[in-house]
Amino acid sequence: MIPAPFDYVAAESTTHALDLLDSLGEDAKLLAGGHSLLPMMKLRLATPAALIDIGRLTELIGIRSDGDELVIGAATPHAAVAGSDLVRADAPLLAHSAAQVGDPQIRHRGTIGGSLAHADPAADLPMALVALGGRVDLLSQDGTRSVAADDFFTGFFETSLEPGELIASVRVPRQPGAAWGYQKFVRRANDWAIVGAAAINGRIALANMGPTPLRARAAEQALADGASPAEAAELAAEGTEPGEDVHADRDYRRHLARVLTRRALENRT
Amino acid sequence: MQVEITVNGQQRSDDVEPRLLLVHYLREVCGLRAANVGCDTTSCGACTVLMKGADEGGTGRGGTSVKSCTVLAVQANGQQVTTAEGLAKKGAGEGGEGLHPVQAAFRQEHGLQCGFCTPGMVMAAVGLLSENPHPTEAEVREGLEGNFCRCTGYHNIVRAVLAAASSGNGAAEVGNAAAGEERAEVGA
Amino acid sequence: MSILGTRVLRTEDPRFLTTGGVYTEDVVDERLTGAYHVFFVRSPVAHARIARVDVSAALTAPGVVAAFTGADVADLPAVKPGAMFNQQMTRPVLATDKVRYVGEPVAVVVTEQAYQGEDAVELVDVDYDPLPAVVDYADAAAGKVLLYEEAGTNVAANFGDATALDEHLFDECEVVTTRTILNQRVAPAPMETRAAAATWGEDGRVTAWIPNQGAQGTQGGLARLLGLKPEQVHIITPDVGGAFGAKFGAEPEHALVAWVARRLGRPARWTETRYENLVGMTHGRAQQQTVTIGGKRDGTVLAYRLEIVQDSGAQVRIGAMLPFLTILMTPGPYEIPQAEAIAKSVVTTTTPIGAYRGAGRPEASAALERAMDLFAAEIGMDPADVRRRNLLPPFTEPHRTKFGALYDTGDYAAALDKVLAAAGYDELRKEQAERRASGDPVAMGIGLASYVEITGMGDGEESPPQENATVEVHPDGTATILTGTSPHGQGHATAWAMLASEELGIPVDKITLKWGDTDLVPEGGGTGGSRSLQHGGSAVRQAAQELLEVARERAASELEASAADLRFDVERSAFEVAGDPDASVPLASLAEQERLIVRTVFTAPGATFPFGSHVAVVEVDTETGKVTLRRIITVDDAGFVLNPLLAEGQRHGGIAQGAAQAFVEEVVYDSDGNPLTASFADYPFLSATEVPSFELADMQTRTSYNPLGVKGIGEAGSIGATPAVQNAVVDALAHLGVRHIDMPASPQRVWQAIQAAKGNA
Repeated sequence: MIPAPFDYVAAESTTHALDLLDSLGEDAKLLAGGHSLLPMMKLRLATPAALIDIGRLTELIGIRSDGDELVIGAATPHAAVAGSDLVRADAPLLAHSAAQVGDPQIRHRGTIGGSLAHADPAADLPMALVALGGRVDLLSQDGTRSVAADDFFTGFFETSLEPGELIASVRVPRQPGAAWGYQKFVRRANDWAIVGAAAINGRIALANMGPTPLRARAAEQALADGASPAEAAELAAEGTEPGEDVHADRDYRRHLARVLTRRALENRT
Repeated sequence: MQVEITVNGQQRSDDVEPRLLLVHYLREVCGLRAANVGCDTTSCGACTVLMKGADEGGTGRGGTSVKSCTVLAVQANGQQVTTAEGLAKKGAGEGGEGLHPVQAAFRQEHGLQCGFCTPGMVMAAVGLLSENPHPTEAEVREGLEGNFCRCTGYHNIVRAVLAAASSGNGAAEVGNAAAGEERAEVGA
Repeated sequence: MSILGTRVLRTEDPRFLTTGGVYTEDVVDERLTGAYHVFFVRSPVAHARIARVDVSAALTAPGVVAAFTGADVADLPAVKPGAMFNQQMTRPVLATDKVRYVGEPVAVVVTEQAYQGEDAVELVDVDYDPLPAVVDYADAAAGKVLLYEEAGTNVAANFGDATALDEHLFDECEVVTTRTILNQRVAPAPMETRAAAATWGEDGRVTAWIPNQGAQGTQGGLARLLGLKPEQVHIITPDVGGAFGAKFGAEPEHALVAWVARRLGRPARWTETRYENLVGMTHGRAQQQTVTIGGKRDGTVLAYRLEIVQDSGAQVRIGAMLPFLTILMTPGPYEIPQAEAIAKSVVTTTTPIGAYRGAGRPEASAALERAMDLFAAEIGMDPADVRRRNLLPPFTEPHRTKFGALYDTGDYAAALDKVLAAAGYDELRKEQAERRASGDPVAMGIGLASYVEITGMGDGEESPPQENATVEVHPDGTATILTGTSPHGQGHATAWAMLASEELGIPVDKITLKWGDTDLVPEGGGTGGSRSLQHGGSAVRQAAQELLEVARERAASELEASAADLRFDVERSAFEVAGDPDASVPLASLAEQERLIVRTVFTAPGATFPFGSHVAVVEVDTETGKVTLRRIITVDDAGFVLNPLLAEGQRHGGIAQGAAQAFVEEVVYDSDGNPLTASFADYPFLSATEVPSFELADMQTRTSYNPLGVKGIGEAGSIGATPAVQNAVVDALAHLGVRHIDMPASPQRVWQAIQAAKGNA
């Protein structure tokens, strides 16, 4: 219930944050909204020696358009993404996804960068980013690099973030008017998805069907080959090895993946 | 570390350890024990308070609802925090007892039994109404999905929030009564 | 104008809404200055011998004052089960040679500051030699692995046995159906977890602040655990953040906090985390039930048998006794010519089972109502018709069942008809038929439950139930009531004030209620079993009336009239000479020379039996198995309703908990005895989005057992709602061939039932 002791420093800028990451090393973690990290620390599943608070760096907060992409600062809270007129117009799947995270209080604090860095395969935003084919801008003392969503989530709660890197911003394609669907299957409000599915533009992403958010590639291929949503969705679970827990065993998860994919392809939320 | 936090309108300066949770800062350092700890997993909302930055404007809006068990006191440095104790406007509110309209509605509708979830529930409701002044019943239920109650079955809580919304008495606003000062006539 | 029966707002509320309740963790008292903080090391394994507990590293952590193991507290007496149970199932207050469930306390660490505790607990090193876990009912009963080796069995108690069953019970039946069903384990999970604060006086007495449901019972429990006489224990009850049956008596942790305070010569306090609460506070329900029901094709039920295996958890506590109450209520509101029930309680390597809202009676109703629906499905009759055909006819004179329960008053058919009308049952069936015909993949279900339940039990007919109350009127016109009840959300401060106000003419907000301090109120039965209003409230009313008689004598001498010539004017709260209103004396003034105070004990003839019927309407997404509760309509008849606002609140809370068990909540263990639902993220605690607003219909069939005509309402909602919702889910899928789904009707369970039925089609 109480985190193990740690040192804390509020970064004054992203440059400062990067300096601190460098000097404090791998025992330091970045803190933005803290609503992925602090719950882990309170259960002592994470025990960083130091926290570098980037939560109030204005250069990491905000939403703007940049050509054919929307750019969202990594420390932008979910509530801001969910309520943004710009996101709702140009990437409504993302706005909807952000509005599904946890509950209102959690959405006031949790950030898009924090959620993506945490990389919970059952979470909303990783699935949404994969569905949208977005990318993350990673900043380090060596400069910036951009990683596509398909490449960013590398394993169970693992990303391609290197030591000394932070997520500066998240980019998603602007697709006003594109049909989209989003399904988050829960047993009880404010749960993580037992299984989730998001679909837009021929891309289908699944949550909690494996160690990372997954593309339902067989279903996507079927769609591209002219299959109907129902037919394509039959292939949604192909190649997946979902985990088992109190809510769902493997068979039931695979079944849900098929049903939810069909519903997402029918543009249902 | 030194933190400067404005709590219920009163500026404070305190020395805290980094891992001190905001809820414990409020309870143990400030002596404001209305917010309660009900869980370990950011689930139950009994610790809900309002928080806003000094740079965030808004007339009488207390900020956004947050679960103070999942905010470090050091993260609240420079912020304004409003708890249930600080909610009532000077003299206003239904019932004339110095109750905020949402608090008054909870009383009117019997929206509390044991009271443990109540301060957090009330703060979440104020936060909800500041963002959605006229919610439907479904929106109230979804808006309170982060606040657990074991006693009421939520029925009267929902009624209270809907009643507060339709009362037009500034249910989303927050006075700046310093905790304790304006409380003379309440709960005597 | 009577105040009784009106919606009086709670006088408690302004404080709760503004500064908040003062729960045990909030208590600031000079007697607790400098208190140490107590933390528990708990077993991470379900069943093991303890080879070694090493606290040496913990002792070096910052702020650690001391650490204790079971060996250190050997001076505390062993905890024995109640006399009716296997006496070899004795355990120490703090584990010594073995642990029997995940969460069992193994060591105690004491720190100066609260934040230091978890750091220190992590450093305590315990070596466990694991033993096989015993989680399954059959495994427990078979007894290959024993929790208490000296007992030679895992059976803590038997209630009747199989040899007593009548093999001819169902001979006359045209139709018989049987099924083994599960009334699953749930967590009471009050919002306030367990806690304690304790300090010892120079006089050798311990003062303990403990959230509880009856200070006097907690006093006795704590005294027993500490090997003290009750007079040496002073219990103070702060505000209590919910209890639901799980805060009766005293816990081992309470005793250890007191023990630490004595040992270290400083006050000590403890609040458990939610994880500790979900593994350390007693759980509820956990009965495996085999129901067999038979009758005629015209819907007449002729015979019913209930066979129960009660999971007691790792210790013999209240849970082990609950089958007694389940069996008592076996026939429910029905006239069943032949019925029998047996049970056994077994220990398992899981959290001990205690009382939880209804405590044994919801289990009886859930089994019976499921059986009624199984029978209805077997004969193809509407479940409402089957129930109506079998309900006991209305009665106003007490009716004794073959199971020994003496029902006071009841009109079960009226309750059923009332709820069906309120629900619009015929229209609902019509809608269901239309949607089935159209092949709607979202299936609509309608579920019923009729119930009767026992409230306000004493200790049997030789020891009838009673409660005390003291009422005092002060010269300033205020009044104080002392009660032996123990409110924790029920609103007694307002309700008892209403009762006194009605008699004395003193306004409700000038009446203060006190309870829960054993120095102030040495006797009392607490709050549980839905007893408070019928006994405690009746006592308050009686005390106020007796006080008026004392006051009348004083008024007579004041007014130099005879007592018989005086009239008490409630409106003015004054005695006056009949026919001469100017010759009057205010009640309060009669307290000026001498205290005006009366203590009385109200004794009831016996328990009362509220009853009702619930209708639940659900929507089941047949593709995913997800259940949505669309409506729940109830009749809960508990006699006269003193304050409809409070009564509705009790019904709402009970309905929500009852519904939650049916389709949302469950405690889950894996086969190694590891709890899988030990946080509010994992335990599917009901939120506001899973339930609708409830529809309550009013029915008040008074009892003759107390002058108010009241029965108990607190648990009724949870008794009716669980089977109504479960039956609704099964009903939704009946056309697909589903006959039963165990609780909770989680999406996976529902989906699997649909698949299984398809497989059998």
